[in-house]
This record gives sequence, structure tokens and C-alpha cells, in this order.
Amino acid sequence: MSEATLPLEVRDLSKSFGDHRALDGVSLDLRAGEIFGLLGPNGAGKTTLVRAVMGRVRPDSGSLRVFGLSASDPGASSLLGWVPQEIALYGLLSPRQNLTTFGRYQGLSGDALTEAVTRNLQWTGLADRADERTDRLSGGMRRRLNIAAGTIHRPKLLLLDEPTVGVDPQSRERIYGMIEELRKEGTSLLYTTHYMEEAERLCDRIAIIDNGKIIALGTKEELVRQTLGGKQALSVASGAPLSEGLRRELARRGARVEENEIHLSVEDPAGEIPDLLGFLRSEGIAVRDLRLKAPTLESVFLQLTGKELRE
Amino acid sequence: MIWSIAGTHLARLRRDKSALVLNFILPLVFFSIFAGIFGGSSSRATTRRISIAVVDEDGTPNSKRFVEALKAEKGLRVMLAPAASKEKETPVPFDAATAEKAVREGDVTVALIVPKGFGAVPIRFGPASERPKLTILSDSSDPIAAPLLSGLLQKVVMTGMPDRMAESGMEAVDRWGGGLTEEQRRTMDENLKAWRASGAPSGAGADAGGDDEGLVSVTVRDLLGETKKNPVVAFYAAGIGVMFLLFTASHAAGGVLIEEVESGTLDRILATRVSMTQLLLGKLLYLVAVASSQLVLMFVWGALVFRLELVSHLPGFFTMTLVTAVAVSCFGLLLAAVCKTRMQLVALSNLTILIMSAVGGSMFPRFLMPEKIQKLGLVTLNAWALDGFLKVFWREEPLLRLWPQVAVLLGASLVLFAIARRLARRWEIA
Repeated sequence: MSEATLPLEVRDLSKSFGDHRALDGVSLDLRAGEIFGLLGPNGAGKTTLVRAVMGRVRPDSGSLRVFGLSASDPGASSLLGWVPQEIALYGLLSPRQNLTTFGRYQGLSGDALTEAVTRNLQWTGLADRADERTDRLSGGMRRRLNIAAGTIHRPKLLLLDEPTVGVDPQSRERIYGMIEELRKEGTSLLYTTHYMEEAERLCDRIAIIDNGKIIALGTKEELVRQTLGGKQALSVASGAPLSEGLRRELARRGARVEENEIHLSVEDPAGEIPDLLGFLRSEGIAVRDLRLKAPTLESVFLQLTGKELRE
Repeated sequence: MIWSIAGTHLARLRRDKSALVLNFILPLVFFSIFAGIFGGSSSRATTRRISIAVVDEDGTPNSKRFVEALKAEKGLRVMLAPAASKEKETPVPFDAATAEKAVREGDVTVALIVPKGFGAVPIRFGPASERPKLTILSDSSDPIAAPLLSGLLQKVVMTGMPDRMAESGMEAVDRWGGGLTEEQRRTMDENLKAWRASGAPSGAGADAGGDDEGLVSVTVRDLLGETKKNPVVAFYAAGIGVMFLLFTASHAAGGVLIEEVESGTLDRILATRVSMTQLLLGKLLYLVAVASSQLVLMFVWGALVFRLELVSHLPGFFTMTLVTAVAVSCFGLLLAAVCKTRMQLVALSNLTILIMSAVGGSMFPRFLMPEKIQKLGLVTLNAWALDGFLKVFWREEPLLRLWPQVAVLLGASLVLFAIARRLARRWEIA
């Protein structure tokens, strides 16, 4: 494995299940040490892509290489780690027993195994609960243990599938801390998530996937610039219902109207906001609220897919 | 409101295929099996016949007539020699020793020795000590065969040799009743001649009860149970043990396989260096350990509480325990690999295991079943496992004689595991 070998190279990957095209010509590269976010609504193809990387889905066409090796190569599986979305642990066993079990399955033994279990118990903050039954731990603790079970063999490439689902904000912060530590150790991460703020905070680059296709790829700034340019999001709430004629006129000006709220992308707020307020006043509409936001990943996603991420 | 509650449950039941099978199909299947076993719906051809080795040590015309009359009995399958085989196309007729061996090895259910002198006085009214005794060599694992045969012998002699009965009756009157006149004796002799000339009836006739005190003297020797402290316990320990083993193996296999699928740990394991074959073999090892421990526990309990002779049979016991545990574990793995959910597994395992146990002899000894069902039973693991355990604990056969049971159970294990492995591919790669 040379220094130049990428942790993950995906080229024109396609996979269909019956009539459903789960992956449609997906290409992406994951660079050494980066956290690569995979954003997409349910059914977009994220899990199929992750399972293809693990060698559990046989692609119809295209290629996929993990550190230059085929996904089905036993050498690739030892370089890979996977943290599933569900908590896939043995509830009746203790955290120590779970880590020991999955460590053994990853080929660890003897002192190396003991050292890895101890290190991971410290890392997850579960050292003082190491011998309790796992199903009696809190949801956040089990989430952390779920991550540790997938990383006990110190993989070079880690696939994280929605690792913070159903976790309270405090535990989520702790998990972010764990992920940052992995990055510092040089682990490359493919991170699928529903949470925009998570992607914005953790990921170096992001791919937006929908209907099996990657529709945008880049850093957050690049995505915003490519998709929205320098525009900012303006929201104006009306105090009264808007007439059909008014809605048509606002649509002509490029606005989207939901209930009594008007959404508009503006390039020159200082010029465009007074203009809009003047128009509304002339139509007899009282403004109840007005917000101007810098463009976010959420607005990029909405712009590209026409739907909310959590749909 | 009450109607709605009942209606909701009915609607749910209609969609729950497993519950439908358990509630409505399983009872019918069971009813049919037991009706078949106990002869309720079967024809005479399928009811059980007692196989009997007959040794005619007397060899007189009277003893030959007696054997012929036995052959005509529908309830008996009389064998004068072992069945022909490739090695011995014309087998040597049974003698006392080979007949005893045939009973011990389970080739025939009972043996009958017709002693020298029987033809001269097959029947005698009067003290039993004056009659030559027929000897039945029995295997008391079949508690019905010997008493049934004893009764049949009385009947066969009386209906198959009526002239000898009349003759003996007249002798008794002559001896104990003060003697016959010359005229009475002459009339009796003429009647007997006419009777013999008309041909003796055989076969059907009134049932005659009888035992050692009947007109025909019979001694019953229990070849296999005579030295045993509590012979039936071995059968039940094996029978019930194997049935429960099947239940626990399928339950445990469901636990270790379907639960892993449902909880996501199977995916996690397959993302490590563990292959599906290694995973299934690991699970098999666990199931075999649990199943073996169960059988050991059952037999140790039998030894402690019911005086089962375990210590003197350890090599055979461990051999049969191991192969039985492997076979039932492979069966459990296969059931778990076939089913997609736990509910499916519960329905399928209950159905198959109860049927296998009924037909295979775990609930009711196979040798007491009609022949067709006995043969059908050979497709079950229970039948082979039980035959092996009976060879060890009942027939005291040496370890090497277990080879057919060991070979069949291990062969079945290989096939069941291979199918389970093939089915498990659906979890491996999409």
C-alpha cells in the first residue's frame, strides 16, 4: 500500500434491486485522514453504498477499491471498520465482553486484545461500567460502545452509518469528541448522516446523494457557492393570509410561499429587502417577522433535491 | 365493544400464518399420526405382526403340523431361518442358539423353541409338569409380544390339532375318570380317524386365554431384561431426551442465528474476519455442547434416581450422545436458516419435531407400531438415535455394532449442515 493509495476509490458504481436502482453511476474518492460526509434522504442509496464498500453488496457495474484492494479481498476487510446504525451488540454481555468478542472476531488476541479492550473502555468513558450488562446502559453509552466495537482493531478506513441517531445532545458531543480523536489518529471516515449540523461540523467534504446519484460533492463552502452563489436566505412572515394574486406575483419574483411565510434567496439584502417590504406594504400586508440567514447546507440540500433531509 | 375485541383478534389470527398452522394444522396432523399408529384407520395389512423365530427341535409330524398352524396365524410372521442375504442365499435354519442371538440383536421380536417330545404330547389335561414345555425367548422391551404369543400358542394347538386335544382329553378321562368302556374307546378311535381324514382345521377359531397353566405348557425367558435393574428407563431417557434435544436445538439455533440477524450483530460479525462457514461451525459447536450436556444430564439423572445402568455403558453412551447432538444441532441450524422470523421458526419447529418424535418413536416405541409407520420412522433422526441408544443400553451390543446409526446420523448431519450453509448465503451478499 503506497502513500498515494486512496483509502477509498469508487468509480461508476451501479446496483439495482429488481426495478429499483439503488446506485446509479456513483463515483467518489476518499482522501487519507479526511472525514467524508454522505448526505441523503431515506432510500437515497447511502446504505447500499456503505454495504458495497464492505463487500456485502455485489455491484452490477463499476469498481470499488479500498486502499487499492478489491472490497472482497480479505486484506481490505482488516483495514475496514464499520459502525452500523442500529446498536448491534450483545445486550446480555458486558461492555468488556462485547469488546473482547468483536476484538477476537477482528483477529486480536493475547495482550493486544487486552490492551485494545482497556483502551476502548477508557475512550468510551465506560471503564467504570465495564462489567455491567450492556442492555442496562443508557442509550448514549450503548451508542459509544457501538462505535468502539467497530473500531477496536484500529481500522484505517471507518464507515460510520448514522452514529448519533436517537442520542441526547450531551452524548452527541461526546461522540463528536470520539470522532475527532479518530481523525487525529489518521483514520479516514465515511460518515452518513441525517443531521446537517453534524455534517457541517465534522466533515471535510460532503457528497449529497439522491435517487442513487451523487448530485453535488465538495466542501461545505464549495457546495454553497456552487448551488446558491452568494445568496442569503430571507424569510418574511405576513400577519394576514396572502391572496392568490399576491402569491402569483411573489412567485414571479422568485419567492416560495408556505402558509403565510415568504422565502426568498437574496444577493443584495440592503437593496432587495426594502424593495420587498415596500411591495408588501403597497398590497396592504403587515409584516410580523423577518429573518435573514447566511446560506447553510440545509438550504443547499433543499435547493438541490427539493425536499427536506428528514423526509 | 366485546364483539370488536373478539373481531380484532380474529382479524389478527387470519394474518398470522404461524398461529393458524399451530392451532389448526398441527392437531390434525397429530391426530392422523396417532390414529395410524394405533390402527384406527389402517387396514389389517398395516397392523403390526409379531416376527417370531421358530426352532422345531422335535421334527415329528405333529410338531410340523403345529408350526404350519403357527404360520397360518395372521398376527405372526414365522421365520424358520434368518432372512436370505447376499452372503447367505440359503440360510441355515434357526437352532436354539441362533434364535436366541436373533432376539438379542433385535432381528426378531421373540423366538419359540419346540422341544423334543412335544409332538407326542402337545396337549395334556392334568398337571403341567407332565407336558413338554414350549419356550418363548423374549425381549421385554416389547412388553406385548410374549404374552400375546403365549395366548396364541394355546389357540393354535387347540384349533390346529383338535384331534390331539380330543385324544388327550379322552386319556385324561380314562386316567382320572375311572376308565372308558371298550365300546366308548372304539367309537372315540373311529371318530378321531374320521376327523384326521377330513383334514384338521387351522387358523381362525375362538380365542383362548392361556399361560403356563393352560393346556399347552409355555415358559417365557426374558433374554434382555432379566439382568437389568430398571430396563424401561433407558428407553424413556433416550426417547424423551432426543425429542427435547430437537426442541432446544432449534430454539437455541433460532436464538443464535435469527436473533443475530434481527439485532444486526450478524452483519457486524460478517464485517469482521469471520466467514459465514466459520460462524455456522462456531454456532454448531455451541449447540452440540448444549445438546450433549442435556443428554448427559438426563442419563445421569436416570442413573441417580431411576437406577439406569449408565456407568457400564459409558463408551456407547458417549458415542451415541455425540452423534445425536451433532445431528439435532445441524437440524436446528437448518430450521433457523430456513425461517425468516422467530415466529416462523416456532411454528415450523413445533410441527416438524412433534411429527418426527411421534413417528420416530420418542413418544411411543417404534417396534409396537404398524410396519408401514415403523419404516416411515426411519426417515427421522429420532428413530436412528433411539435405535443406537437401545443397542447400547438394551441389547448390550459392542461399540462397533453402532456403525449404522453413527453413519446415518453423521451423514444426515453433513447434508443438513450443507443445506443450512447454502441457505445462509442470503445473509452474506446481496
